[in-house]
Amino acid sequence: MKPFAYARPGDVAEAVRDVAAEPNAVFLAGGTNLVDHLRLGVARPDLVVDVRTLTSREVTDLPDGGLRLGAASTNSQVAADPRVRERWPVLAQALLAGATGQLRNMATTGGNPLQRTRCVYFQDVTTPCNKREPGSGCSAVGGYTRYHAVLGTPAALPDPTAPETCIATHPSDMAVALAALDAQVRVLGPAGERTVPFPELHRLPGDDPSRDTVLEHGELITAIDLPALPAGTRSAYRKVRDRASYAFALVSVAAVVTPDGELRLALGGVAHRPWRATRAEEVLRGQQLTQDAVRGAIAAELAAAQPQPGIDSGNGFKIPLVARTVLATVRGLLPEEHS
Amino acid sequence: MTDLLEPRAIGADLVRRDGEAKVRGTATYAYETPVEHPAYAHPVQATIARGRVTAMDTTAAEALDGVLAVLTPFNAERLAETSDFEYAVLQGQDVGFRGQLIGVVVAETSELARQAADAVEVTYDEQPHDTELSADRPDLYAPEQVNAGHETDTAEGDVAAAMATAEVTLERTYSTAMYHNNPLEPHATTALWEPAGGGFLTLWDSTQGVHPDRAAVSEVFGLDQEQVRVVCPYVGGGFGSKGLPHGNVFLTALAARALPGRPVKMALTRQQMFFLAGYRTPTIQRMQLAADHRGRLSAIAIDVVEQTSRVKEFAEQTGVPARMMYASPNRRTTHRLAALDVPIPSWMRAPGECPGMFGPEVAMDELAEELGIDPVELRVRNEPEVDPETGKPWSSRNLVRCLREGAQRFGWSERRAYRDGDWLVGTGVASSVYPTMRQATSTAALRFEGGRYVAEIGAADLGTGAWTILPQITADALGVDVADVEVRIGDTRYPVASVAGGSSGTNTWGSALVVAAREFRTKYGADPRDGDEASGDVDQAGQDDTHSPYAFGAQFVEARVNADTGEIRVPRLLGVFGVGRVINPRTARSQLIGGMTMGLSMALHETSAWDPRIGQVANHDLGEYHITVNADVGAIEAHWIDEHDPYVNAMGSKGIGEIGIVGTAAAVVNAVHSATGVRVRDLPVTLDKLLPALD
Repeated sequence: MKPFAYARPGDVAEAVRDVAAEPNAVFLAGGTNLVDHLRLGVARPDLVVDVRTLTSREVTDLPDGGLRLGAASTNSQVAADPRVRERWPVLAQALLAGATGQLRNMATTGGNPLQRTRCVYFQDVTTPCNKREPGSGCSAVGGYTRYHAVLGTPAALPDPTAPETCIATHPSDMAVALAALDAQVRVLGPAGERTVPFPELHRLPGDDPSRDTVLEHGELITAIDLPALPAGTRSAYRKVRDRASYAFALVSVAAVVTPDGELRLALGGVAHRPWRATRAEEVLRGQQLTQDAVRGAIAAELAAAQPQPGIDSGNGFKIPLVARTVLATVRGLLPEEHS
Repeated sequence: MTDLLEPRAIGADLVRRDGEAKVRGTATYAYETPVEHPAYAHPVQATIARGRVTAMDTTAAEALDGVLAVLTPFNAERLAETSDFEYAVLQGQDVGFRGQLIGVVVAETSELARQAADAVEVTYDEQPHDTELSADRPDLYAPEQVNAGHETDTAEGDVAAAMATAEVTLERTYSTAMYHNNPLEPHATTALWEPAGGGFLTLWDSTQGVHPDRAAVSEVFGLDQEQVRVVCPYVGGGFGSKGLPHGNVFLTALAARALPGRPVKMALTRQQMFFLAGYRTPTIQRMQLAADHRGRLSAIAIDVVEQTSRVKEFAEQTGVPARMMYASPNRRTTHRLAALDVPIPSWMRAPGECPGMFGPEVAMDELAEELGIDPVELRVRNEPEVDPETGKPWSSRNLVRCLREGAQRFGWSERRAYRDGDWLVGTGVASSVYPTMRQATSTAALRFEGGRYVAEIGAADLGTGAWTILPQITADALGVDVADVEVRIGDTRYPVASVAGGSSGTNTWGSALVVAAREFRTKYGADPRDGDEASGDVDQAGQDDTHSPYAFGAQFVEARVNADTGEIRVPRLLGVFGVGRVINPRTARSQLIGGMTMGLSMALHETSAWDPRIGQVANHDLGEYHITVNADVGAIEAHWIDEHDPYVNAMGSKGIGEIGIVGTAAAVVNAVHSATGVRVRDLPVTLDKLLPALD
């Protein structure tokens, strides 16, 4: 734990300027993850800039039928919003599957997608971790991998000493739903505003596992937009875990089925980022959405999946579990004759 | 035979006397003790699992403004008694396990102490460590005895011969995981040394026994017991982990010694508790059962392999319940330990019985299946007339009644495995047992003042209900209204009391209070004067040595397994117990369903995932070490039969704090097997172990 300065600027522009000016500054919103990290020494900022009261708390209708979620709207608030519950149920379900009531009251739309991995080695400053301390190595490879990635990792068993190795997963449920919904992230940075498609917000470890997203230093999420869905679209979120509540996903599935039979699919608990199953979506494009078709599509998606050995038999179980969970989730969204 | 008290207050559903203070937040716990101008301590922990600390650079830590003291093995004062590695903090440079206490910082704020502790630079001479338990290690050894003074090995008859000739035999290996107690209140201490005089120490410590705590601290610091006061009115849970003091207590006292006159506070973080507060050893249990085709056992054997720390031995008595549970002419139990470079295991709710009723109770279910006999009936057929271990008659044994009544309440006879939509449904049963124990030492003082009866005894209430039920016992022993009785506990200024452990508190302290009350009435009659007082020792209470005293129970589980994902949910958990006379149904039910919930947690969720590469629990916080939450508990019921036991004590009561956790995990495993056909012999039962069998 290390002392830091705390600032509460007057508006978002000032907040962005403050953070941009200090290389070791961070934004604070709900604090449900950052405050833990400050205590544990996982985050060691010099400056904490509190934006909780600066960004919008509102959830507002967009002219095209979409919805804008202000960055400071809480997870509880969005999950309870009748518009979200009726038109984007996958998001309401994902939010309610996350954390606890108390945490959802604090966690925000802007903060939730930016929470860090729950990899136990990332959270323990006494163990090497490329994400926390670039170049120090990856303790997770061959260790406790139950909550770790099977997709987006190198084909062979990664080298734990290599600086690019990271098999962490992104823990957010909300982010999986937003990836399936093709949400748009509105960002304010030192260079002005830009919009990032949600499926492109998070990155794979690449050559720098310390970076979770494509946001540059000083860039702040001000809102997330939910695009309108065709009338009659059905969606659902299914989270699989040993404990019935207050546990991160072993795997999770966000599925959206449009009236013309198009499936949008995102997976959680399996990769460094919310995993949009683009390969499966491609395979299904133009096909009738039957159980068999979905089974084949998810098999194609999982063809490159790489189980991670480790304590308590590793995480190879996730690969069949993903397939089974996708099938079960989509089954619930199909008209009777196809299921 | 003991004269049982006429129950008036006993059996009443009284609310907790300490409940309001806890709900209002005014009950003070050790760390919150209001003291003048406290300083705060934070430990430095070893980051290697074996080796030596060769140097500690404290310059950066000491340079921080507000840091008051930095203690290391190189500058800490020498303690009087250093034979216990865990208690002899900062007395040497050897590292016996990762996370070991190797230093402490005292500062003006807790944040600063933590920052300074992080700033201490440690240099090690690291040696290869060995932390992996397995049943085929060549260095397994037989300890001299196992916990609570039980024999390490026992044998009667010839198990091998019975196995060779029996109509049906079963040979299986089961394992339980490593578990951490994780009480809600962390291990915390406020310590204050008087600035002058012979060195008087006050500890406000979260402990299951102020007197045993004092005895250990006095010895280590070379003080007379009168020089130390330990105060602990409230404990936010212990589950055994506060039954024996751990290194943190001694470290806080040592830190406070550097600042005489200044109270020093230290609370372990949740993460630190996974290294320093004890845990339940993982166990490997090789079971053998032999039976005839009617299910009558001819052999029971359990060979247990478990671990201890290389620097301090703790041997869990896992094989003990198999010695007395069922009738069988041929029996064998053994315990073998691996001494590893791991933190020091210790008591966790029902040490021995909890893990030791897992293997045997799953094995009984497997045997029942093999024989085609109802598992309830199989247990009934093996009911022993007398205690198979000692040959003594039971003080009372109502396992069969618990099984029968539980079966009836649960609807066991209509049970079937079936599919309900996406869920596979099954049911399971297992037996519970826990010995009825009384400790040798405890004294109660009773005084009449201001028209009320005030008793004092250094007992502990861990959330168990002692504040409430000890007055009920005392009131009945005096023959007065419970409202006229106050019992004060949790302070070494009160007469000596035993640890709240082994479910022995009520039996021990209650017996002392009854002796004191009877003595009081003998001396002063029914109309005492203000200031009249009497005391009573537990050793004056009637003690029966001719019977074997145990509590028994039966637990029934409905498990549902999701056919798609393998997720396991337990919508129904029902227990029936024979625990003698229940002093207070409200607090008793809470103890029993609490134990059962912890058993469910052991079955489905809890596991300290051990990383042998670095020698620590990988999931060492509550975000990752999962404990059953409300959403996992469906309909949970604890019932008790009307049991009369004239041999155990004047209250007719048996201990109830631990029996609830015993057998639950086996019942869950048996129910999951009924639902899916998969027999999980290694805890916890998680979905990945079921997936391969789901089509």
